Amino acid sequence: MADVIGSALKRHEDIRLIRGKGQYTDDMKIPGMVYASMVRSPYAHARIVAVDTAEARRVPGVQAVFTGRDLKDEVGMVPTAWIPPDSDMKMTPHPALAYDFVRYAGDAVAVVIADTPYIAQDAADLVRVEYDAMPAVTNPRDAAKEGAPLVHEDIAGNVAFHWKAGVSVDEVFNKAEVVVRHEFRQQRLVPSAMEPRAAVAQWNAATDELTVWVTTQNPHIHRLLMSGMLGIPEHKLRVVAIDVGGAFGSKIACYPDEVVVSWAARKLNRPVKWTETRSENFTVTTHGRDHVEEVEVAGTKDGHIQAIRVKAYANLGAYLSTAAPGVPTILFGLIVNGAYAIPHASAEVFGMLTHTTPVDAYRGAGRPEATFLVERMVDLYSEAVGMDPLAVRKINLIPADAFPYTNPFTLQYDSGNYQGALAKALEMVDYQQFRKEQDNLRKQGKYVGIGFSTYVEMCGLGPSEVAGAVGFQGGLWESATVRVHPTGKVTVFTGASPHGQGEETTFAQIVAQELGLPPEDIEVVHGDTAKIAMGWGTYGSRTTVVGGAAIHMADQKVIEKARKIAAHKLEVGEDDVAFEQGLFSVKGLPARTVTFQEAALDAYLAWSLPKGMEPALEGTAFYNPENFTYPFGTHIAMVSVDPETGDIELMRYVAVDDVGIVINPMLVEGQIHGGLVQGIGQALYEGAEYDDQGQLLTGSFLDYAMPKARFFPKFETAHTVTPSPHNPLGVKGVGETGAIASTPAIVNAVMDALAPFGIHDLPMPLTPRKVWQAIAAKGGTH
Amino acid sequence: MEDSRVVPVTLTVNGKAIAREVEPRTLLVHFLRDDAGLTGTHVGCDTSQCGVCTVLLNGEAVKSCTVLAVQADGADVLTIEGMEEEILHPVQQGFWEKHGLQCGFCTPGAMLTASYLLSTHPHPSEQEIRESLDGLLCRCTGYETIVRSVQRAQEIMDERRESADRETRAI
Ligand code: FES
Ligand code: FES
Repeated sequence: MADVIGSALKRHEDIRLIRGKGQYTDDMKIPGMVYASMVRSPYAHARIVAVDTAEARRVPGVQAVFTGRDLKDEVGMVPTAWIPPDSDMKMTPHPALAYDFVRYAGDAVAVVIADTPYIAQDAADLVRVEYDAMPAVTNPRDAAKEGAPLVHEDIAGNVAFHWKAGVSVDEVFNKAEVVVRHEFRQQRLVPSAMEPRAAVAQWNAATDELTVWVTTQNPHIHRLLMSGMLGIPEHKLRVVAIDVGGAFGSKIACYPDEVVVSWAARKLNRPVKWTETRSENFTVTTHGRDHVEEVEVAGTKDGHIQAIRVKAYANLGAYLSTAAPGVPTILFGLIVNGAYAIPHASAEVFGMLTHTTPVDAYRGAGRPEATFLVERMVDLYSEAVGMDPLAVRKINLIPADAFPYTNPFTLQYDSGNYQGALAKALEMVDYQQFRKEQDNLRKQGKYVGIGFSTYVEMCGLGPSEVAGAVGFQGGLWESATVRVHPTGKVTVFTGASPHGQGEETTFAQIVAQELGLPPEDIEVVHGDTAKIAMGWGTYGSRTTVVGGAAIHMADQKVIEKARKIAAHKLEVGEDDVAFEQGLFSVKGLPARTVTFQEAALDAYLAWSLPKGMEPALEGTAFYNPENFTYPFGTHIAMVSVDPETGDIELMRYVAVDDVGIVINPMLVEGQIHGGLVQGIGQALYEGAEYDDQGQLLTGSFLDYAMPKARFFPKFETAHTVTPSPHNPLGVKGVGETGAIASTPAIVNAVMDALAPFGIHDLPMPLTPRKVWQAIAAKGGTH
Repeated sequence: MEDSRVVPVTLTVNGKAIAREVEPRTLLVHFLRDDAGLTGTHVGCDTSQCGVCTVLLNGEAVKSCTVLAVQADGADVLTIEGMEEEILHPVQQGFWEKHGLQCGFCTPGAMLTASYLLSTHPHPSEQEIRESLDGLLCRCTGYETIVRSVQRAQEIMDERRESADRETRAI
């Protein structure tokens, strides 16, 4: 049998998805089900004076209308599950339905429950809420200013926390030959999974059990948090997420909506469904990024970067969402030196509250922000010292013999060969030739540019001890059960909760390889707290890295037991039995064999097991990683800019990623492509904008520019392979690399193209209008 | 629920007649999902931008969230559930082989858009494929594998046509 690991197997999950047989939450229908619609605040900041539900209640088909006051004493606050230590973090009380103040446009104040979704929506429009509107603040640095409207009365200056890392670098800066300072606006993004969120809750009065089907990336975390809010013990609460239509971080958080329908399902003793509209998705589902960053780099005149200092104002919105505080701190501040051997670094972050939609993880979560600023600063510094940005990268990249490398924030980069990835990318792009052509084209009034991103990121979240040390209120290990059935077929139960990544296939490949079985004999079960004992879910490129490693460990337990059974059957010592490709054989006597399936059957029949052995064959393992993993690579973008229109054309995009061992190259490529489009989307198209009153101006796909198929050339992808030394599978994680690496590569390329105009930086997204205006402001094309 | 404002509609969905009484404002997509129980067609937006709800209405690709069920009265509708005949439709096979889907949420719309394209332009260029996907938002794939899937679907169509021709000649 050929190796299964490393082969581009077609996906197992596709068999149902291409037939329209997926089981997404909104597909659920239960007899007697009623439908919820939320009444949301149109104001970004207001006091609720009165809520009049009488007219809504009179609508035929309306079952109930509940307001914040109805839930107040029965439902706990929506919690925050990340409390960075030493940051003096203030909690932001977040009622599931607001009853005194609303703090962003979209904050829910009431829920209508009716026989059909149409009636619920009609009646929601008839709930009369009297508001006393108040001033709002939306920009994170403005929120810190004296006199800014407060989001939570008792949180002074709107600072939810102030977090610092690293040591003082003042002295290095004071003595430096060159200091480059720049301010970046890392704009706000809307994750925009194509499936809006949804929740269906069903109360079983006979057993006092609640089942909630919900669009989540982490059902067990949902169960834990909802159990606390609803006062339903964990063993009486089941959370299910079978097919989830994309998430990108936006389905990590525990939202008020699922809590409200759960409470209502119990109250009414009827199944209740709530499905978000796209408009709600824009205003209520968590956003990503949104920093104002002041960045400084110190270096020598000959291209050696000595220090980086970062001060960031991170906009967290009106309430601290589930994982929000971890994103701009640990996942951002600790890696601002990027892939470079910058000896001195410090980071300081103000976690700011504003009257906007809560901000939480969005693909990359903190690492795109860090990568962007360091990759942009390398280019700005190169320009300041009059050197080629490629040459400066070569000087400063961490050398291959320096691994494991401890960065200035004490992160230990596990393994790497950054020069190797760069060299491979440069085999695909003739850099000198491009520079020559660029010169020639400029003479003809044509502007092309090239941009690099030689990135590293930390993922495979993560060591639980570190999770605890950095304030995450949970573990980050993962569970797996590999259950072998009497016929030798296998069911795998994973605590990870994939939602598009294809792990039903990837995980089956791991088991197929290790147990020597055909992949079609393996079924992977995920996303159901009643079937899986515990798990921490899918985010932070952790599923294959941590969940896959747990499966590997469970496989070893299965093999160990099956080997004992085979040895017993073969009447030899355990050490004399080899296992290869699904066959146990006596070492040196290859004719005497026991198949894996025979061993499985023996384990279940238990007619003749080794003395003292328990029947059955399954392995359960919990893998707690000892470190994060650090994928890296080189991305190169080539663009041309039309100075007459400001249009940017992406000519070529080359991505060389090192994600360690690749289990399914087709799926890995898919992850990279998806990430690229999101990262390039940030550079060129996407950006959420609020007006001064806190109204989201980009609240639909009409106004928020989602990338489309015709915006992109064919991507050119390649790999180098540097296994993670501490991961049993050698994998590093690939879910976020594309989104992390691509944004600065694009902006660097555009700025390279615009260099002749004296334009060095523009805020993202680089829309034609912005580019054209910048060129015009510099006197145009002459 | 008692409601005098309902109207009868009859649609042929995937070859089967479905007659229901619906509120006049019922969207075709809700008719398909809620009345016909065909949840393979999805809803991704409320402004007709995303295309995940695309079905074939009398052979033409339409966003089923922009059509009222009553407007489709008497029409022939093909949804993802009706694509497969004895074997997978070439578009389904193409998407499977070329990894044209990740979360699968846009996939019904993507596949019906693709099948409409191939029924009207049997050999589209890459650029034509990308432009034909203009009404579709996919947040997962980055589109390139969708393009490859459509190209592969077209190959499969050609292959199947050829082998059908061969069989006819052999008779
Ligand atoms: S649901 Fe988005 S276009 Fe129909
Ligand atoms: S596959 Fe997820 S949106 Fe297209």
